[in-house]
Amino acid sequence: MIKTSGWKKPDSMSIVFILFGSLMLLFIVAPPLKTVFSSSPGTLWNTLLEKEVYSSVLLTVSAALAATLIGLFLGVPLAYVLARHQFRGKRFVEAIIDVPIVIPHSAAGIALLFVFGSNFLFGKVLNGIGIGFFRAFAGVVIAMMFVSVPFLIDAAKDGFKAVDVRLEKVARTLGASAWKSFFQISLPLAWRSIFSGSVLMWARGLSEFGAIVIIAYSASFLGWNTKVLPVLIADRFDFGLDYARPVAAIAILISLITFIMLRSIAYRGEKA
Amino acid sequence: MIAIKNLKVNLGDFLLQNINLDIEPGEYFIVLGPTGAGKTVLLEAIAGLYPVLEGEVWIGDKEITHLSPEKREIGIVYQDQALFPHLSVEKNIAFGLRMRKCPKNEAKAKIDAIVEIAGISHLLKRSPATLSGGEKQKVALARALVTKPKVLLLDEPLSALDPETRERMQGELREIHRRIGLTVIHITHDFEEAIALGHRVAVLNDGCIAQIGTPGEFLRRPSSEFVARFALTRNILSGRVIGVEDGCTLVDIGGTKLRATTEANGEVQLSIRPEDILISKEPLQSTARNCFLGVVSNIADRGSVIYITVTVPPDFICIITRQALDELKLRNGMEVWITFKASAIHVF
Repeated sequence: MIKTSGWKKPDSMSIVFILFGSLMLLFIVAPPLKTVFSSSPGTLWNTLLEKEVYSSVLLTVSAALAATLIGLFLGVPLAYVLARHQFRGKRFVEAIIDVPIVIPHSAAGIALLFVFGSNFLFGKVLNGIGIGFFRAFAGVVIAMMFVSVPFLIDAAKDGFKAVDVRLEKVARTLGASAWKSFFQISLPLAWRSIFSGSVLMWARGLSEFGAIVIIAYSASFLGWNTKVLPVLIADRFDFGLDYARPVAAIAILISLITFIMLRSIAYRGEKA
Repeated sequence: MIAIKNLKVNLGDFLLQNINLDIEPGEYFIVLGPTGAGKTVLLEAIAGLYPVLEGEVWIGDKEITHLSPEKREIGIVYQDQALFPHLSVEKNIAFGLRMRKCPKNEAKAKIDAIVEIAGISHLLKRSPATLSGGEKQKVALARALVTKPKVLLLDEPLSALDPETRERMQGELREIHRRIGLTVIHITHDFEEAIALGHRVAVLNDGCIAQIGTPGEFLRRPSSEFVARFALTRNILSGRVIGVEDGCTLVDIGGTKLRATTEANGEVQLSIRPEDILISKEPLQSTARNCFLGVVSNIADRGSVIYITVTVPPDFICIITRQALDELKLRNGMEVWITFKASAIHVF
């Protein structure tokens, strides 16, 4: 009698691929875990209580959130247009959206200064109404937004593309205006992709260094000259690894915990 | 009445043009055509979902050509139903009423009435993902009908269903149409579906209407070879009128002289429906004017019916039942007689 079971002996290719894959996972997981576990919980707590550190955490998290909200407000309509309409130059527009991913981020910081610096273009206008960017909270926000918004737009575009356009058409014949069709049908059906894109954008903004160090090395925040976490870590590293390590561990923990929580919300109820 | 006047729509590769239709109130109108003929775009243009280059669309005495879709009072049901996957069946059906700000009590009464007609009262709390194809189709119909549209557009609503469900749904569509008395424009590529449901049929080919008529007219008097082929008329022949004999027109088809009732002259094309040709082992004593001896050259078994090709020449395709096949004991190479009336020949 032949006994059958669900387990099947893996072939040689699967074994090699699993081995290589495991090495890759180890490469990704080992550095942050080592950093987190190299500091005791007490050290991490005491570091977090330092005003320079907790104000940095608050600045980083809130600026990334603000960048993501602005990205949602401006990026989702663009994603919808790209998903639903065919027009001359569409591929060019799609390429433009991904430009921030490919240019060096310190160069992006310089480029942003050219547009948002007090002597230039938008910067002059916005400075006129009291919104400054150089070494300011708004500067941190636009730097984060510039480098991370492609993740949101691309994810939202894919989400809208996956919504059958006939659902919107049926909604229109049932009495829904274009706005109602968007908010009642397209947006609820694409929300998971948009939310995932927002999480990615927020996380990418959180880790930005290059563009921020140019436009807002430190920003006035909570009555304190505050640096975002990546800049603070780099600054402390100048005084030695031991001084930088607890802040790096806090940054990793905050990013990972929030990222995992938000991802689990986005994928709740969805089978892998 | 819905009237479409000189409608012109850009389909990218070709134009849908010179579309003129007058559809009576309560009529079940079929638009028949092959895949890619522009049928869905025609429906969407009527619904205001596809831009119109030229022409007019009227419902009654109101021109709606440039009215937005939500103001046209036209319902649409697509082939794959397009149910809103994030809403329950009840919320799908209630969607149109909610968009039109129908009071709750009134909306409930309307939903109760339509789900009773569609026979889906037991499905209201279900998610669309859990429904069968037939159930989804009924929900999509109920959703379109609950707002009492002036015209209902059906885009190949039965194509995605299995044959048994399709046949049952045809009956249910007929019954729902009879009870509600709504004007329906139904598009399909299935000729038999068109014959089963339509009061009148328009055949669409290459962006133009090839013929409009009753199902009987399509069967007996196709206006072109394309329409004849689409109407499953298997015998389409080319010949030449060579004279008149005993009140019938003689048409020479490669040496075989057919007797037809036509006033056409010169080179002609003609069609004979396979079910109009009788097949027998001996010549039939009848009033039919065409009787020829031929040889069985092909037997194509289609399950419920069998197509027999008899070479006279030319080849004539006849249709017989399985019982007739058994009784006649037909086989390839066997000599048989074929008989058909002069009036069975349609010349175009």
